[in-house]
Amino acid sequence: MNSKLIAIIAAIVIVVGALYVFLSKEKEQAIVIDPDAELVFPSLSYRTGPYAPNGIPFADGYADYFTLLNERDGGIGGVPIKLIECETGYNTEKGVECYESTKGEGALVYQPLSTGITYQLIPKATADDIPVHSMGYGRTSAANGKIFSHIFNYPGTYWDAASIIIKYIKGQEGGDLNGKNIALVYHNSAYGKEPIRTLEELAKKHGYELTLLAVDHPGQEQKSQWLQIRRDQPDYVLMWGWGVMNQVAIQEAANIRYPMDRFIGVWWSASENDVLPAGDGADGYKAIAFHGVGDGFEVYDDLRKYVVDTGKAAGDGSNLGTVLYNRGMYAAVLAAEAARTAQVMHGVAGITSGQMRDGMEALKIDQARMAELGLANFGPEINVTCENHGGPGLGAIQQWDASSKSWSLITGFTGADREVVDALIMEDSAAYAAENNISERDCG
Amino acid sequence: MFYRESGDFKATYNKDQQIFTIALDRWFVILFVAFAFLVVPFLINDYWEKSVLVPVLVWSIAALGLNILVGYCGQLSLGTGGFMAVGAYASYKLTTAFPELNMFIVVLLSGGITAFVGILFGLPSLRIKGFYLAVATLASQFFLVWLFNKVPWFYNYSASGMIIAPERFVFGIAITGPNAPPWATYLFCLTIVVVFALIAKNLTRGRIGRSWMAIRDMDIAAEIIGVSPLYAKLSAFAVSSFYIGVAGALFFSVYLGAAEPTEAFGIDKSFLVLFMIIIGGLGTIFGSFIGAAFMTLMPVLFKNIMVGGLGWPTDLVAHLILILIGGLIMFFLIVEPHGLAQLWRIAKEKLRLWPFPH
Amino acid sequence: MSLELLNTLEVILNGLMTGVMYSLVALGFVLIFKASGVFNYAQGVMCLFAALTLVGFQTGQIPFAHLINVIFGTEYHHWSSDITGGMNSFLAIVLTVIVMIGFAYIVERFLLRHLVNQAPIILFMATIGLAFFMEGFGDLMWGANIKPLDLGIPSGGSFWWEEVTRTWATADSKYIGMYIDVLDVWAAVIAVLLVIVLTLFSQFTKTGRALRAVADDHQAALTVGISLRTIWVIVWSIAGIVALVAGIMWGSKSGVQFSLSLIALKALPVLILGGFTSIPGAIVGGLIIGVGEKLFEFWIGPMVGGATENWFAYVLALFFLMFRPQGLYGEKIIERV
Repeated sequence: MNSKLIAIIAAIVIVVGALYVFLSKEKEQAIVIDPDAELVFPSLSYRTGPYAPNGIPFADGYADYFTLLNERDGGIGGVPIKLIECETGYNTEKGVECYESTKGEGALVYQPLSTGITYQLIPKATADDIPVHSMGYGRTSAANGKIFSHIFNYPGTYWDAASIIIKYIKGQEGGDLNGKNIALVYHNSAYGKEPIRTLEELAKKHGYELTLLAVDHPGQEQKSQWLQIRRDQPDYVLMWGWGVMNQVAIQEAANIRYPMDRFIGVWWSASENDVLPAGDGADGYKAIAFHGVGDGFEVYDDLRKYVVDTGKAAGDGSNLGTVLYNRGMYAAVLAAEAARTAQVMHGVAGITSGQMRDGMEALKIDQARMAELGLANFGPEINVTCENHGGPGLGAIQQWDASSKSWSLITGFTGADREVVDALIMEDSAAYAAENNISERDCG
Repeated sequence: MFYRESGDFKATYNKDQQIFTIALDRWFVILFVAFAFLVVPFLINDYWEKSVLVPVLVWSIAALGLNILVGYCGQLSLGTGGFMAVGAYASYKLTTAFPELNMFIVVLLSGGITAFVGILFGLPSLRIKGFYLAVATLASQFFLVWLFNKVPWFYNYSASGMIIAPERFVFGIAITGPNAPPWATYLFCLTIVVVFALIAKNLTRGRIGRSWMAIRDMDIAAEIIGVSPLYAKLSAFAVSSFYIGVAGALFFSVYLGAAEPTEAFGIDKSFLVLFMIIIGGLGTIFGSFIGAAFMTLMPVLFKNIMVGGLGWPTDLVAHLILILIGGLIMFFLIVEPHGLAQLWRIAKEKLRLWPFPH
Repeated sequence: MSLELLNTLEVILNGLMTGVMYSLVALGFVLIFKASGVFNYAQGVMCLFAALTLVGFQTGQIPFAHLINVIFGTEYHHWSSDITGGMNSFLAIVLTVIVMIGFAYIVERFLLRHLVNQAPIILFMATIGLAFFMEGFGDLMWGANIKPLDLGIPSGGSFWWEEVTRTWATADSKYIGMYIDVLDVWAAVIAVLLVIVLTLFSQFTKTGRALRAVADDHQAALTVGISLRTIWVIVWSIAGIVALVAGIMWGSKSGVQFSLSLIALKALPVLILGGFTSIPGAIVGGLIIGVGEKLFEFWIGPMVGGATENWFAYVLALFFLMFRPQGLYGEKIIERV
């Protein structure tokens, strides 16, 4: 009976504790935060769960750059930055909880970091007047700023990526894709299905044949798909993979001795994590990138000096310069620049989320500014407008070298086939607008 | 002393058979429901709505449904996620095809469609039992999710296959979409929960509930005394799927607002609901609620204490939460295998005798 | 032979190999279910945990490094100065086995012992709690990063087999030969060895006989003086070792990461098809599922959009259950009123 008593008491304690904490949470939220005090950037990270290996470096990069700004410059425009990290585990419900619990703190911009959470936040954040930056992921047609007023996906979208990869392949093949066979291995989810329509449109235009190979979540077993590739020997294989699917796909491609330089992944299938388990077999694997690789940029000297060496880094400092760390850092750079733009535009240091949105929409970063930031030639010039939230839509091809264990860019940044991509974006965003009774904004 | 039966004289059969026989119980529940309906809507904000109350309510319905099947009828099922997906996609198709439809009707129709699918996938239960059945229901889980992923008609041919809940109304008040006020969505879910909890309670007390329990306790003996396994098992599947379909519709249209099948209705959802009813108590209505509350609120609670209160790094906290939840599940099972509802019952027994236990 | 036939043969062969990989995971389930009637949901997480521990030892990680660093403000990550220089693979495997035995002891001492005679679903639930616990614990101990696992097991398509099979096709067809992954062949060899060892162990040792006695009838085994607790520790240890083998094989393909725990889902249809209580059932079930899902994906998959393997495995198992409700090799349940 005693143990039951203990259990009952334990249950009561938990319930009372729960009530207490929720009530105290309530009070916490009721406090009005002085907007001049700090700039709040929530980071919806995922350091646990099946996708953690990808989430950790991104979150570290995002956090470290803001720490650098605080340590070196005292924040943005003299206002210190407060980074609130919230663990989502790549789970939509936890993402909702994170959004609701951080938005009251004066969050300026959200990086949802998952397709599911992004789709969630598109209507919600718009209603709350908070911008969302789904950088190279999320809903592609959000690039149409006339309909998605608060959603930004610069510097590039999945459809840009698909188009740039096809353009690159066309270049490799001497400008003619007629009769070529291209296979797409994709994660059987909203994310994986994104490029299909674009690739189909492009197939009509360029005359190649498209084979679709779906891999179900989580993707540890892909023998059927790769046996088929081995039989058909397509000229190129594209991959829209995520998580364990990437590692297995690259390993299987190496096993069937598919020529790795004809295997091209999207930017989420392009990290060190994906190629390292396959060892030497992954040598020559290619992927598209929308930013530079490695740590040969000046900003890393500052990051090491102010953040890593002072023990303030989010991680152990070993992932500086990895692809996803760079991406997280780049996201922070773009957010910081947008905040700076907003400060200038509105003439206030402590901007609100609505002003942040204006800053994002007016964001212009040229190469001179990139060099000032210590990121010369790290990414393309960025120019966001009211109509175009997708940015320049440029991408480059990166290739893996297994002997030196490093990526290198093998092409410059090139643009997508705007004719095809823009038409698709218009079509899809119009469908969204019709379904949700949204009328186009006037961007004049 | 206060909580007792003595002095409470039941003069009619109706009184003797009411749901809460003890006066204090009855008043407590009525007060609680009145508080939930009359006071909470004035206090609620976005955080409470989206992170605490609505999830608990939605999961409660799902847990109620599964409890009818597993707890009352003894048919172990792991297809919950798939059935929730049916409810969600049904509500999506209905809201987009008939924009004028009242959300209550949409939700009920979604439940009805799910009930039909549930009967279909319940057929193997006539032949397969126990864990074999549980794993067999996984077939429906994986098949349904795959189906919603593959057939473009279900997601209205959108580019990525995501479904997004458009803004829909009940009596002119937005219930779904970003502009729905927190109190409205909360009241909408609460009404459905209260009505369906009452129905569930009465179903399980009545003839059909008794036939389910007979099947659960020993199906051969039940068959011999004249309970039709075909009717009992399939009706349990139908009712259970109806509830789960309603939960799926609410989960998608009111709570999340956007969903894709692989992530939102994956296998982990099936397990989650099963955890809820086992932790809460199999074969109890109250257990469904307490289990749903436990499994949805514990992680939020621990997170708020450890990240918000103590300021620990989020990844450490996430790991510790898993350890704590796992540990708590094992602890509660060791002290009381029949779930939290049984603990509650024991507490009430003690209270009834207090302060003179002998 | 015609190209069509050769391709089908190739699919069947690879299906068999995949089936063996599924069986490796299913074996652990069967062992525990037989001896203690526990449907061990944590088996998948045990694979992950065992593989994590192995890689941790191999690369010289400090357990709980992150936690220690946060609490004491230190910066420890590896106990050897260079990352690759952990310890010898063999030593690491031995240490991991010891860890898994310790784990079995802890599970018996703190969990199973208190749940004797509970309903199967309660025991099932307890192992789910255990799975949660170990997911968090494993991550906390070794970190959530992806870790390449290299024990020197060869992998990649076999050249020899390609050469041999190429001659089977008619001379003028451009057949490139049949594909088989060397790693899969190794997995099959190891699985066969494992089953032989387990069979010998259970047939010819005293402990093995005790194991079979417990599997047959708990109460009768107790009355003849077999200690149920010792038996459970032994069974969970063996299941832990099987989990390690499965973890090594799957981990060599994808690196050791959280998703490794999800392979349990691929083992479930194998289990119901073969029957929860039969070791040969786990093997045969694995082979049937492997071949069945690959053939379906090969023939029907392209017509319906692919990615059918996940659900088809379950549908196939369900189909078999319609005829044999206890699985192919399961014990017939005799029901009495």
